[in-house]
Amino acid sequence: MDALEIARWQFGITTVYHFMMVPLTIGLGLVVAVIQTLWYRTGKPEYLRMTKFWGKLFLINFIMGVATGIVQEFQFGMAWSEYSRFVGDVFGAPLALEALLAFFVESTFLGLWIFGWKQLKPAIHLACLWIAVIGSVFSAYFIIVANSWMQHPVGVEMVNGRPVMTDAWAVFTNNTALVAVPHTLFGALAVAGGFLLGIAWYHLWRRRHDGIDTIGADGKVIPGEAAGILGRDRSDHTVWIRSLRIGAVVAMISFAGTAVTGDLQGKLMFEQQPMKMAAAEAACHDGTGFSVLSVGNLGAKNCDDIVAVIEVPGILSFLAKGDFTTEVKGVNSLLGEYQDKYGTTLPDNPIYGDRAGQQIQYVPVMEVTYWGFRMMIGFGGVAALAALLALWATRKGTVPASRGLMRLAVFGILAPFGANAAGWIFTEMGRQPFVVAPNPDPSGIDQVFMFTAAAVSPGVSAGEILTSLVVLTSIYAVLLVVEVKLLVKYIRGGVASAMPELAHAPVDENEDNTPRGGPGKPDDDVLAFAY
Amino acid sequence: MELLPTIWFVAIAVLWTGYLFLEGFDLGVGMLMKGFARNNTERRVLINTIGPVWDGNEVWLLTAGGATFAAFPLWYASLFSALYLPLLLVLVALIFRAVAFEYRGKVDNPRWRARWDWAISAGSFVAAFGVGAALALTTTGLPLNANGDREGGPFAWFSGYAVLGGLAVVGFSLLHGLGFLALKTDGEVRHRARAWFVRLLPVLLLPMAGWAVSLQLLSGEAWTIAAVVAAVVAAVLAWNFARKGAEGRAFMSLGAFLLLGSASIFGAAFPVVLPSTLDPAFNLTVSNASSSDYTLGLMSIVACIGLPLVLAYQAWTYWVFRRRVSAAHIPEAHSFLPAIAAKALAPKD
Repeated sequence: MDALEIARWQFGITTVYHFMMVPLTIGLGLVVAVIQTLWYRTGKPEYLRMTKFWGKLFLINFIMGVATGIVQEFQFGMAWSEYSRFVGDVFGAPLALEALLAFFVESTFLGLWIFGWKQLKPAIHLACLWIAVIGSVFSAYFIIVANSWMQHPVGVEMVNGRPVMTDAWAVFTNNTALVAVPHTLFGALAVAGGFLLGIAWYHLWRRRHDGIDTIGADGKVIPGEAAGILGRDRSDHTVWIRSLRIGAVVAMISFAGTAVTGDLQGKLMFEQQPMKMAAAEAACHDGTGFSVLSVGNLGAKNCDDIVAVIEVPGILSFLAKGDFTTEVKGVNSLLGEYQDKYGTTLPDNPIYGDRAGQQIQYVPVMEVTYWGFRMMIGFGGVAALAALLALWATRKGTVPASRGLMRLAVFGILAPFGANAAGWIFTEMGRQPFVVAPNPDPSGIDQVFMFTAAAVSPGVSAGEILTSLVVLTSIYAVLLVVEVKLLVKYIRGGVASAMPELAHAPVDENEDNTPRGGPGKPDDDVLAFAY
Repeated sequence: MELLPTIWFVAIAVLWTGYLFLEGFDLGVGMLMKGFARNNTERRVLINTIGPVWDGNEVWLLTAGGATFAAFPLWYASLFSALYLPLLLVLVALIFRAVAFEYRGKVDNPRWRARWDWAISAGSFVAAFGVGAALALTTTGLPLNANGDREGGPFAWFSGYAVLGGLAVVGFSLLHGLGFLALKTDGEVRHRARAWFVRLLPVLLLPMAGWAVSLQLLSGEAWTIAAVVAAVVAAVLAWNFARKGAEGRAFMSLGAFLLLGSASIFGAAFPVVLPSTLDPAFNLTVSNASSSDYTLGLMSIVACIGLPLVLAYQAWTYWVFRRRVSAAHIPEAHSFLPAIAAKALAPKD
């Protein structure tokens, strides 16, 4: 492999990894903020417990997102210097604004939230969490504005061979970004919903298994208490059943949200990157049918031996245009159009190194786009269906005693993560061979595009990038094990693991635990929370 | 020389200075986890002085990097790709350090803590050294060709200036960390930090002074040389204040040293942002490496609103957590009974 291939693997691995932490941070942050608001408004102790428990898991995960996020910003300059030079005038701004307007807000106010339980008035403490969470939503917006410009460049003109920003409004309201942002946010909420659902299911199951909760003659749950286990009181049951229901509802709403926004996004992509969508369908010839199952050598990058085994007529046209009859162009007819517009071989330019003069492969790796697209939808749909079934199965106030169902619920946590990863892999791989895809709109700026082959740092050796790939991948693997172990430890510990104060005083009578109690005595509050 | 690129050169210098001022002390406190802190309680005192703020401080680095990308894409691309391996080390250090702060106290086990203590201490050292080396090299030059790419292999960036700059930021951060601890803790840690501050100041500031002076020899101007002199005066003041126990003033004087030192360094480098050691014709300058005026203008407007806001709410954070931390405030390690652990109650299924 040469530097380009290694750099692409590195970017893919580090980004997909980073984007395991990010959606959980955004989604869980929003959920915890809502729960703390409920606590603030009602003063019910179970909401405080939920805030503390889910807040603890949120923080264990948040820090990994922070740590792996720095790599992303540095990587553009380190491994993709030609890309950075080419796009810097327009692409750098959203990154700088993300740091200035979002990361500062996120990190500063989260610090206030973690450490400020007693230093701050409850309303202000709650506001800090909301500000931090809104900061994370803004950071999603800015980074997607940057990514959307790579998908669909707007608001620039070419000056001396480089795109120069001429219309910031167009860049920051790129229609690609405006649908990708809600799609991503719903995807993040789906992750949080599945997370709550799976973990709450586990605890409800455990309470039944341990004989704490029993089922009455009417089939309804009778919550009990286990005197010997810290935190396993009646209130604990409320914590988990409410978390489960919030999780299930969030998962279903967010799946509906991803479907609606995904449909809008798909329709845009059929216009903006028709080849990506044709490759998503492994649609070789023009037509209207949606492939349910295609066989053949999808990886061969040519269409000749791909056969759609099951195809539903009209659906592809509906996905692309909203009707059932419009012919959608397939790979074979698009290929000619791309070759006419952007050439058949890589230009004879030193930037391309050994690749100069090679045939340009306009068809993305179809096994990735075809299956990535289906995994995204499949994982998302399965998770939403499971959430619906979970609501029904828990209508009597607890979960079935089945251990197998519990395991399914816990492993189901992974499905929305899978959907998120598959979606990003699909959209980024589907953009190839371009790193900046051309904007085909007739009013667009047709010469603004860049082949991925031209983007890598010319001065950096393959050995250097291989070193960083090995180093980062190993560290990420170790840290993933550490993070999951810590999460499991705190999940198994239940609410008590996030609330050591449960050991000292019953929650209901403890004045410190009323949301409007105000700051404690000054001597106690130097460290309301300590590392 | 154009106005907007010059403004953004100053803005990036300000961001780097803000980064070194803020993250400087938390990098220093991180390094002091080993060698200075004597037991677990003291180490927890150290971590908790920076606990609420270190992450916000680190964003200054991201903002400096992002602003360089946006305002001077060619500078960003050449500097970051030329320094590929050293920056990889910085990234690794920052990853471990960040995770360590959050995870260290999450398992009540001495071996677990010891590992993360090393991550914090070594991570802080490597990050400080790497950032210092990169900043020194952007002022003294890298072997760049006409396209701005590094010639001569993965280690061609290495020079004595890299070591000098690395030591400069490590030394400054250590001293600044000591000054911060003297200001933010009470009891034994406070007194020891102050004593170390007074004793070590001349040694720890020497490399940064060396970097500033060598840049004056390369390309100094009257006002930047005056800034070096003023920085030395500020360092003497810091030493004197610390000796008398005026910890706040010592801390601010050291801040003034950084500000003046950084002004002298960036001022002497201007208008070159990254010299080429191969041929001065390949130098990246404020005018040939910058973005368009349109982009810079947009960023200027946003920065004029955004940066004061950041300063305001970060200052507020320091106000909220203004009280000194001492060993007496550190709660017991949090060991809990997992809700699942009580197997006794569980019927076998």
